[in-house]
Amino acid sequence: MKDDERRTPRTMPIQSATFSNPINAEIRRAAATGIYDIRGGGAKRRVPHFDDLLFLGASVSRYPLEGYREKCDTSVTLGTRFAKKPIKLDIPITIAGMSFGALSAQAKEALGRGASEAGTSTTTGDGGMTAEERGHSKTLVYQYLPSRYGMNPDDLRRADAIEIVVGQGAKPGGGGMLLGQKISDRVAEMRTLPKGIDQRSACRHPDWTGPDDLEIKILELREITGWQVPIYVKVGGTRPQYDVALAVKAGADVVVLDGMQGGTAATQDVFIENVGLPTLACIRPAVRALQELGVHREVQLIVSGGIRTGADVAKALALGADAVSIGTAAMIALGDNDPKYESEYNALGTTAGAYDDWHEGKDPAGITTQDPELAARLNPVEAGRRLRNYLKVMTLEAQTIARACGHNHLHNLEPEDLCALTMEAAAMAQIPLAGTDWYPGKPGSGY
Amino acid sequence: MQTIDLATQPLRELNATLQAQAEQTNATQWEVHNPRGAHAIAVGLDAPIDVTVRGSTGYYCGGMNKQATIHVTGSAGPGVAENMMSGTVVIDGDASQYAGATGRGGLLVIKGNASSRCGISMKGIDIVVQGNIGHMSAFMGQAGNLVVCGDAGDALGDSLYEARLFVRGSVKSLGADCIEKEMRPEHLEILRDLLARAGIDAKPEEFRRYGSARKLYNFDIDNAAAY
Repeated sequence: MKDDERRTPRTMPIQSATFSNPINAEIRRAAATGIYDIRGGGAKRRVPHFDDLLFLGASVSRYPLEGYREKCDTSVTLGTRFAKKPIKLDIPITIAGMSFGALSAQAKEALGRGASEAGTSTTTGDGGMTAEERGHSKTLVYQYLPSRYGMNPDDLRRADAIEIVVGQGAKPGGGGMLLGQKISDRVAEMRTLPKGIDQRSACRHPDWTGPDDLEIKILELREITGWQVPIYVKVGGTRPQYDVALAVKAGADVVVLDGMQGGTAATQDVFIENVGLPTLACIRPAVRALQELGVHREVQLIVSGGIRTGADVAKALALGADAVSIGTAAMIALGDNDPKYESEYNALGTTAGAYDDWHEGKDPAGITTQDPELAARLNPVEAGRRLRNYLKVMTLEAQTIARACGHNHLHNLEPEDLCALTMEAAAMAQIPLAGTDWYPGKPGSGY
Repeated sequence: MQTIDLATQPLRELNATLQAQAEQTNATQWEVHNPRGAHAIAVGLDAPIDVTVRGSTGYYCGGMNKQATIHVTGSAGPGVAENMMSGTVVIDGDASQYAGATGRGGLLVIKGNASSRCGISMKGIDIVVQGNIGHMSAFMGQAGNLVVCGDAGDALGDSLYEARLFVRGSVKSLGADCIEKEMRPEHLEILRDLLARAGIDAKPEEFRRYGSARKLYNFDIDNAAAY
């Protein structure tokens, strides 16, 4: 190289924001394999979330409750509209539906143990109800899914509630697939399919379409179960105001609303990241639908998708939810993505915190697997204790915030307790931007 | 004979009464009058009783039935005998969409025609249709037998798993991964038994058998065009 060339300043190599390293890696992966990427979990992209809201706390106009002395109730009753036996939970944090098949039997047992010790419910998931999870779950919600794997009237009557799954936040409008490598003898038998084949979970129910049919389906389920247990309707967050209104019209006792950060056992990455609404954007339209129909608090709203802390719980409830549901966070509490397995995650081509190939059944933590040796790594008693602890911490955190806002029940939290940090969050949650009394779209504001 | 008249008694009373019949009940013969297309008639039964519904029913008649024999003298609306576990449901007339959907056991006999998606996602039920069936029947059928004495509509057996399909008449088209298969002696025997149990006079030899090619059992990008 000549001296004058050596002295000429050169531009720094700049990575494209459009063609970033992760995008380029995905292009190369797609080119090499010819198939889209399938993974578990929910949306990983940054979207407006509960982090973009803050509580205001007490002030001259509002006085707080004493943190360690004055009562702040956390109980919630679900299914008060039509069911003869509504569900009474000690805390407003439930465990979302996750199937035996997607999860190991040990993980399902741990979920049941932890939730029961914390005074809340678990939910079955696709694939039917196992005796273990019924036995270890004081309150068990039985999902009624399009696949109807394992569906039978005896389990329906053994359930404490029925959740008709119309969609989920990770893949609204999409079905699921349990790949053949996770189909053990027991999973195959429960689903009435041969071992080792991919098991497709359909995207829509086989015997009804639309809200008018849903009303009749709910009638049938109530007749089979003697109108005893609550019937939930779960929808993915897409058109929350309409979906909640239609679920109410169809006769739901409870509506479960799952935003795009909500997890799944397996679906296409392109689906997870590009379809659906952020959880934050779902809540106010859903609550508005309930209020307009005059059934807010009579038909309970459970919100899920990205709930991680007691602050998230408190914010969801302040926006009008009656309870929240957690899936991914519960798995992490059990031991999912634990850094102690880092070398094994590395061997799988990933790292702790990023492992999401739950469909492959190779989970080092023994949670998303049917491999007996891997599954045996998870002690259900200890994992259940971790979940219980985590649920209790979240509850304490939510109570701390509620007391600071002057409320003696978590359900007394209200939108006026909140402010928003960003314009996007202000618009989606219809909460004033911090330091103002305005949010985009506020009636009468002209914007 | 016990009689329940839906013109004067509510649906809840009908189902609660029938569901309360125990395994050893002496009240084994029941008649339901004036169904008038009501939904969810005789659902969730679990006793060896005979229930005759005099007229036509709405959605989900006989849903999740166990043990009972339910006879509808008219036609049945969508989802008749959905998710049936055991027992028998007989429809004298026609059946609407999704007849026998996700059924896990028992026998569903339709003496008229069945509409689209008959036997969708069937998981062990046996269905015998004396007439024709509509499109997308036995979609994702996992187990059990579907016998059609007439013709089948478009996309029969689409994405079929292990259910067996027998058709005497024409098949307008087969769905993805559904193929005609050899009718072996064991299949003729299954068919003969089903026809006899359904009370239908037909020769097994006149039927053709269809089943899964099993090419779509594990996802393969080279088969993407088939989905």
